[in-house]
Amino acid sequence: MTEIFGIPIQALMGQLVLGLVNGSFYAMLSLGLAVIFGMLNIINFAHGAMYMAGAFFAWMGLTYWGIGYWWALILVPLAVGVVGIVIERTMLRWLYQLDHLYGLLLTFGLALMIEGVFRYYYGASGLPYSIPEELTGAINLGFMFLPKYRAWVVVVSLVVCLATWFVIEKTKLGAYLRAATENPRLTQAFGVNVPLMVMLTYGFGVALAGLGGVLAAPAYAVSPLMGSNLIIVVFAVVVIGGMGSIMGSILTGLSLGVVEGLTKVFYAEASNTVVFVVMVIVLMIRPAGLFGKEK
Amino acid sequence: MKMPKIHFGYLTLFVALLFAPFIVYPVLMMKVMCFALFACAFNLLLGYTGLLSFGHAVFLGTGAYVTGHVLKEWGWPTELGLLAGTLSASVLGLVIGALAIRRQGIYFAMVTLALAQMVYFLFVQAPFTGGEDGLQGIPRGTLLGVVDLADDQSLYYFVLAICVGAFWLIHRTIHSPFGQILKAVRENEARVVSLGFDVAKYKLVAFVLSATLAGLAGATKVLVFKFATLTDAHWHTSGEVVLMTLLGGMGTAFGPVVGAGVIISLQSELADKVGSLVTVIMGGIFVVCVLAFRRGIVGEASALYQRITGR
Repeated sequence: MTEIFGIPIQALMGQLVLGLVNGSFYAMLSLGLAVIFGMLNIINFAHGAMYMAGAFFAWMGLTYWGIGYWWALILVPLAVGVVGIVIERTMLRWLYQLDHLYGLLLTFGLALMIEGVFRYYYGASGLPYSIPEELTGAINLGFMFLPKYRAWVVVVSLVVCLATWFVIEKTKLGAYLRAATENPRLTQAFGVNVPLMVMLTYGFGVALAGLGGVLAAPAYAVSPLMGSNLIIVVFAVVVIGGMGSIMGSILTGLSLGVVEGLTKVFYAEASNTVVFVVMVIVLMIRPAGLFGKEK
Repeated sequence: MKMPKIHFGYLTLFVALLFAPFIVYPVLMMKVMCFALFACAFNLLLGYTGLLSFGHAVFLGTGAYVTGHVLKEWGWPTELGLLAGTLSASVLGLVIGALAIRRQGIYFAMVTLALAQMVYFLFVQAPFTGGEDGLQGIPRGTLLGVVDLADDQSLYYFVLAICVGAFWLIHRTIHSPFGQILKAVRENEARVVSLGFDVAKYKLVAFVLSATLAGLAGATKVLVFKFATLTDAHWHTSGEVVLMTLLGGMGTAFGPVVGAGVIISLQSELADKVGSLVTVIMGGIFVVCVLAFRRGIVGEASALYQRITGR
């Protein structure tokens, strides 16, 4: 039993794991987008740039100040979150009353600026970031070798995503958050500080992207272009899943990663378009998205 | 009694454009005109129908590639080449538009961006685009077998004629009953539906028209530069056309032209001075426009004019 459909099982499982890794990033980023959209009514185009900045902060921390991977895992999301809060306070909050498209355009401009700055200083080619010692090597599962770092990425992002889901769906803070998403003015009238929650939501959303960046740094090369390449796919994921449900975002992200991984095995030429093809099919059959409701 | 004044403005501009190639480098002028046409086509959607298409570069790219291919590889005459490029963009616009109008608002922008990215990946892989190298050395040919377009001056007047024609078409569209319905869709889609109009159909026609004109801009651009590359179809270019329209003034007839002029001349001025920081400056202009300047140059200017004249 070394082959399935004429594909060596090693290769199949390898791509499946790679697909899960990609799916973890899709899940974390689309989750952040969904949370931000719920509270701010803004599609955060800068999400990819924040993810890229997260990877760069990790790289810079290690290269300039000797801050290792484990500290970066905590410090970088905080730093990215603070950047996000500054952006929210100084720019985004002026746009809440306007058409949604202005938020998209503003964050698009921010994405260009962030990407351009990193590109100016570090060039367009990737910088290496080595896997921390504890996570190098692979585990022998009998039928395949599972690289430890890939398993780590999947586990961490699953834990983070599920924790986010738990906080939003099952705790009192989450109840406030959902109330403020549903009806901000009424929630404020009940004494909840909605502007503060909005600010923290944006900070949290981009911190998730920053965390994704730190996780991605050892998995892929750290490059100024890594964010914009990803964010467009994540937009497709968001269209497929719909932004109505937290769990929906997580599931859609992961499963699309797997679909992409499997496509790489069976028909490699289509692997970077398959997510868009799925989007087309979903648009034709269920325009509101798999988990969405038409407003 | 505003109409004669506007027509006077158009006339002045037209005369200025007639003499421009004697003063300004004609290729730069032609580039501005191509992008002005592209931005006007885009504005038909964003400014007049309220649809933000974030993948419009793909129509520019399609027009450029198809025209380039049939001129270079198949040796078609120039006019047919332009037509082929333009119509290919229409067909693609029909497909993408039909899919994208199934979602509203912000999702529409994401769908168009994602579909454009899909087509971009196809362009990267397809053999006829020449991949990373693009199509080089595309012949300009002759106009009706008489005028040799290899000469920049003659090409300039040909491009000017195309742009004026397209601008006139857009102008007529906006001021037609069809254009009125588009504006109504922008203002209040639900109400237009309740009045019994098939909004989806109107949106789709607007989308196809806009894609067609964007394709024409791409096809014309190929004649000017004699090459077609992936840059034409990249999402960066989609962002640029949004910026041109926003900076010039969304929903103003003339804003996109001004925006295109400013952005293109800024880029050509800055390219060798600051290198890749151009992107940062473009991003900065975006941010400033959205925060402080949402009506754009033409929008603000006409508001100022109205305040001064007290109307």
